[in-house]
Amino acid sequence: MINKIVATTAAAVADIPDGATVMIGGFGTAGMPSELIDALIEQGAKNLTIVNNNAGNGDTGLAALLKAKRVRKIICSFPRQTDSWHFDNLYRAGEIELELVPQGNLAERIRAAGAGIGAFYTPTGFGTQLAEGKETRRIDGRDYVLEYPIRADFALIKALRADRWGNLVYRKTARNFGPIMASAAKCTVVQVREIVNLGDLDPEDVVTPGIFVQRVVEIPAAAKLVALPGAAA
Amino acid sequence: MLKRYTREQMAARVAADIPNGAYVNLGIGLPTIVANHLPKDREIVLHTENGLLGMGPAPEAGSEDPDLINAGKQPVTSLPGASFFHHADSFAMMRGGHLDFCVLGAFQVSVTGDLANWHTGGPDAIPAVGGAMDLAIGAKRVYVMMEHLTKKGESKIVARCTYPLTGVGCVNRIFTDLAVLDVTPEGLKAIEIVPGLSFAELKQLSGVPLIDASAKAAA
Repeated sequence: MINKIVATTAAAVADIPDGATVMIGGFGTAGMPSELIDALIEQGAKNLTIVNNNAGNGDTGLAALLKAKRVRKIICSFPRQTDSWHFDNLYRAGEIELELVPQGNLAERIRAAGAGIGAFYTPTGFGTQLAEGKETRRIDGRDYVLEYPIRADFALIKALRADRWGNLVYRKTARNFGPIMASAAKCTVVQVREIVNLGDLDPEDVVTPGIFVQRVVEIPAAAKLVALPGAAA
Repeated sequence: MLKRYTREQMAARVAADIPNGAYVNLGIGLPTIVANHLPKDREIVLHTENGLLGMGPAPEAGSEDPDLINAGKQPVTSLPGASFFHHADSFAMMRGGHLDFCVLGAFQVSVTGDLANWHTGGPDAIPAVGGAMDLAIGAKRVYVMMEHLTKKGESKIVARCTYPLTGVGCVNRIFTDLAVLDVTPEGLKAIEIVPGLSFAELKQLSGVPLIDASAKAAA
């Protein structure tokens, strides 16, 4: 029998080692797996490389992981927000490395990793600072930059529902990076609001097939109040 | 006192240039108010790069949903016909040439359509790019909406951008509080000028070569 359900968030992240590359889903707080991040903080892994669109909001979730100084490097597209003070402090103190990636390149590099693509040419960023030193090529009269996949040891993501095979459906714009991160990590850990019986998810509605998922933890709704995102870009 | 279009007039002017049936991404800041001016008789689908087509207006107070936000992380609504998708699909919509228009703010635009809108390059500034570079090269037509002059009175339309570039030669049309300008192979054409301002004055304020293609020139 296949059963990817793990009883606790602690058990789900117990084997993340120091120095691991960890993808964390979410766009701001929408889709951020806050309870899994809390468990990772508790677990104590350090010198992590984190892949996320942002660099934490407020004092919880990814921001709390940064505040705990567990992150050596962050790969993201938009670290500067009105409520990203923990990242700001670490960055200005030179205590965290930043790899800034245009958002679509970030998504496609993650997608490429999950799809087994060796590298790809993208027009995004050509002629800008973010393409400096990178290989370029003109194809059919248009200029492209060569970008490489971003792979991870673990992905921590959030979805709405799962079954014990790890099939996932998401909720609204909280889907964001979940499906592509699930495919790009050796071990994908998902927190869901509800685990349903095998067969209860309509196969037509499954967004992430269970083959991309290794562990599922149920975090019932209202276990934690989610603050509305602040005014931030 | 310089004659200027108000922000609402600028937004209405941009909206007038978005046709029925268009798929459009409105950037953060000034461009977001274009949504309030889209003609009611046109069906226009708004894209937000965090994963929604068919974005509606902000919800009423009390019915915000933290899972339903726009690229500025503000609560929004979804309209009948809306769809959700993941990030790789969302950016394929831009990069793959499916999105008809984007409207972006800018620090500077060059006469050849180079765009600078993501980073001031200041030594203490934390760089953040988001989807700006993808939008700049991805949408079929890129509109820029910005004040014509900085607070110090310097032209934001320049011979060559001094701020770090977002995209090379990517801008098609510029809507400012003084004029509407098209980037063309012949150069920058002023197609409209705010009433009360002459082409000569616009050119003087802009500090770059301009071609007068406004109704005033035709008259």
